Amino acid sequence: MIEVRRFKKRFGSKEVHRGVSFHVEQGECLGLIGGSGSGKSVLLRSLIGLEKADSGSIVIEGQDITQMTERELIGIRKKVAYAFQGGALFDSMTVFDNLAYPLREHTDLKESDIKKKIRDLLFEFGLADSENLFPGSLSGGMQKRVGLARAIILNPDTILYDEPTAGLDPFNTRKISEMILRLKAKKKTGILVTHDMPVAFEVCDRIALLVHGNLDIIAKPKEIQQDALHPISIFAHGDIT
Amino acid sequence: MTQQLKSTLDRFLLFVGGFGILLKQVASELLHPPFEWRLLMEQIYQIGFRSFPLIFITALSTGMVMTLQFGIGLAKFGGQPYVPKIVSLSILREMGPVFTSLMVAARVGAGMASEIGSMVVTQQIDAIRALGTSPIRKIVIPRVLATFICLPLLGSLANLVGVVGGLIVGVTELKLDPEFYILKVTTTLLLDDYFSGVGKSFFFAIFISITACYFGLTVKEGTKEVGLATTQAVVVSSILILVGDFFLTKLFFIL
Repeated sequence: MIEVRRFKKRFGSKEVHRGVSFHVEQGECLGLIGGSGSGKSVLLRSLIGLEKADSGSIVIEGQDITQMTERELIGIRKKVAYAFQGGALFDSMTVFDNLAYPLREHTDLKESDIKKKIRDLLFEFGLADSENLFPGSLSGGMQKRVGLARAIILNPDTILYDEPTAGLDPFNTRKISEMILRLKAKKKTGILVTHDMPVAFEVCDRIALLVHGNLDIIAKPKEIQQDALHPISIFAHGDIT
Repeated sequence: MTQQLKSTLDRFLLFVGGFGILLKQVASELLHPPFEWRLLMEQIYQIGFRSFPLIFITALSTGMVMTLQFGIGLAKFGGQPYVPKIVSLSILREMGPVFTSLMVAARVGAGMASEIGSMVVTQQIDAIRALGTSPIRKIVIPRVLATFICLPLLGSLANLVGVVGGLIVGVTELKLDPEFYILKVTTTLLLDDYFSGVGKSFFFAIFISITACYFGLTVKEGTKEVGLATTQAVVVSSILILVGDFFLTKLFFIL
């Protein structure tokens, strides 16, 4: 379970978060929506300590990560994975080595076992023939899928998705949605930052709207879809920025 | 004008603080195993082996030009026999290590800053952290250690090549006897001369690598900043080498 309490963050004179509070239950997928620059990604990055909170707490499995050092955060980062918007693949490594990186760092698996695990995962993600390619020769959709595969290879409890379908064609969007649903079926907790409302409605249990540095509006997809005057429905139609 | 001065001072103080913090983090992480041998070897190849041609040409031409200049200048006073002594001492104590460091700062420092800066912009540094590993251990330490190992070796090579360059010009242009040249060099140079020059390379290695990593890691956004970080890394590390050289020379004379 993840619990965020009165989280505040500012950059210079810009107050991005003014006391954000929410929680995500084990196995639940929370959608996080909001206008561009509203601080969704900053909030997501803060959940694994990539950004430091100015005040407030972020409690993951009973531990407040805002008080942790980089060394202490390593344990959390093995359990909470982050799927970057652009994949953030290491461009000096092949797809195979990108996926092998967390396994070589954090497990005692033999190279033959690593190879098998990676091949299985690449097959599952529809990337069976790309293990020897470098990230530069992959399409945006493939990079995102490899990034997601790398994020989940250590079998984390929670996955943070940063705009996983942004800029993708319908085929790749469909692929990513299916992967998120498959992970959800395995009882993985998820937080999904997105602008893609159909994907949010499809994969999320609840959707939260981050507006003016606050996250007070949280609802189930069905409630939003049935109420055209719901603030999230209005946002989805482009009437709130 | 005042605003510009304040901004420059702010950036200078930020750099001094950042340099110190990064150096402390490197020292602290070095104490914790495991050690990244493979990454260190890759960097030794990049920094040491691939800088070899540049250092060879720089040292050879420096030795040759110095010998020519001193030879022509001292000929008026009948001082040509002193050329081997002056040239070899200058190369071992100053020119070899300082020119080597400046060339490495330009080639390697620029490369490090731009590579790390690009990794910041494309979120690869964030990915290293998000995957439960340390960018200091994976990126900074191999580069700092490789520079620390390679720069004194490259400096030693530059000393040798520079002296040989001097010998070539001494013999071909100044018509000095090669045996006389070699005798003068070997009876002039002491181990102290070698160590006072190459000893400074260890400090220059820290100046180059930490400065380049600092400017790379502090890139905030966009490729424009990567270019700026690259320029800053070369300029600042060159200044540190030149200014540091004076103080280190004084220090070595005291010691």
